[in-house]
Amino acid sequence: MKKLLNTLYVTSQGSYLFKDGECVVIRLEDGSKKRFPVHVLDGVVCFGNVICSPFLLGHCAEKGLAVSFLTERGRYLASVHGPQGGNVLLRREQYRKADDEESSATTARSIVAGKVANSRAVLRRCLRDYAERVDAQRLQGAIGVLDGCAHRLKTPVSLDEARGLEGLAANTYFGVFGELILKKGPGFSFTGRTRRPPLDNVNCLLSFVYTLLAHDIRSAIEAVGLDPQAGFLHRDRPGRPGLALDIMEEFRSFLADRLVLSLINRGEVGEKGFTVKESGAVFMDEDTRKAVLVAWQKRKADEVVHPFLKERISMGLAFHLQARLMARYIRGDLEGYPPFFWK
Amino acid sequence: MMVLVSYDVSFEDPSGKKRLRRIAKVCENFGQRVQYSVFECVVDPVQWTAFRDRLLKEYDEEKDSLRFYFMGKNWQRRVEHHGVGEIYDPENDALIL
Repeated sequence: MKKLLNTLYVTSQGSYLFKDGECVVIRLEDGSKKRFPVHVLDGVVCFGNVICSPFLLGHCAEKGLAVSFLTERGRYLASVHGPQGGNVLLRREQYRKADDEESSATTARSIVAGKVANSRAVLRRCLRDYAERVDAQRLQGAIGVLDGCAHRLKTPVSLDEARGLEGLAANTYFGVFGELILKKGPGFSFTGRTRRPPLDNVNCLLSFVYTLLAHDIRSAIEAVGLDPQAGFLHRDRPGRPGLALDIMEEFRSFLADRLVLSLINRGEVGEKGFTVKESGAVFMDEDTRKAVLVAWQKRKADEVVHPFLKERISMGLAFHLQARLMARYIRGDLEGYPPFFWK
Repeated sequence: MMVLVSYDVSFEDPSGKKRLRRIAKVCENFGQRVQYSVFECVVDPVQWTAFRDRLLKEYDEEKDSLRFYFMGKNWQRRVEHHGVGEIYDPENDALIL
């Protein structure tokens, strides 16, 4: 069984990463050095002005470490990988399945079903735990709509229908998402999802956590030898990791969104940690970003029982298992893709 | 699992310094230096075999000593630290720099 390894996040501006033996060494701007053996890491995420030596990048590629570069604010820029590995036959089959409208629709249906079920579970959980503090009627209404979507997804749908249901589910869910924020006040009000740029604090947190999720899922997909760009629900667009976005759908609500909610509701991030730029875009400061990263690493170490494999695993490994299940489905060993259901 | 590796290298002959440097280098590749000649290494059995093999190649049986302490999987509660030195837990700490 694969072990959940640590991810190294480099947020110190002006630091330099290089390889020494089997280690990643970070030289910070004040000249101090820190070293980490490569085998305890499964990825490196660099924020802003962080420089990596080509030999380190090559070594990471060889060892299967994902190296991603993000802006200081957390917008995705690029990632580095070595020569294309994995099984070309598996990838070819992936393209064939993605090209075929019918099998794309089947896969998309599983993915959307996973997303709808998990969004609904998040709303239900909140309704159960905080019945007095939330607008139960609105949440009930939204759960009803999601129930409807789930029901429609029990029978085969076309690709367009699947996409339509995904949109409906997302709109409904984000329509009541503001209710889940128990800390009332102007600092963390949520009226709807905005991105590129996020226009309020909650959206800023959501976008950042989604970027982290995308990095992890993308590297899980690459580790099993699939092409992260060829998706089923998300159609091809240059530079867009369609398959990574597909697998992300089932994790968004119960992993990323709930993390954001608990950060806000437990007061681990405050309003003061955010600044608004002239354009209206909202950015978070360094301490807030670190708090989110720490919480994200912790959440990934939490244990859950995998609904399909019935095994206790850490949350971070679920990405790898889902990627592997996707590969098995594409190879034809599984009849359908089993999305991750959160209970 | 966690293995604690500590070594004592004799400086009696001029090649001692070289051996010390090489042993330290091998240890750095697998773990974290917690004191001058003490390393904490999180390794799986395969990595441990390779690591041990390389250490045994570098040291001099007649003059040096190598000690390995096997702390197992739940090593976190068996270790306490006091005083100076910044030490990270490679399995559970969020590595943010």
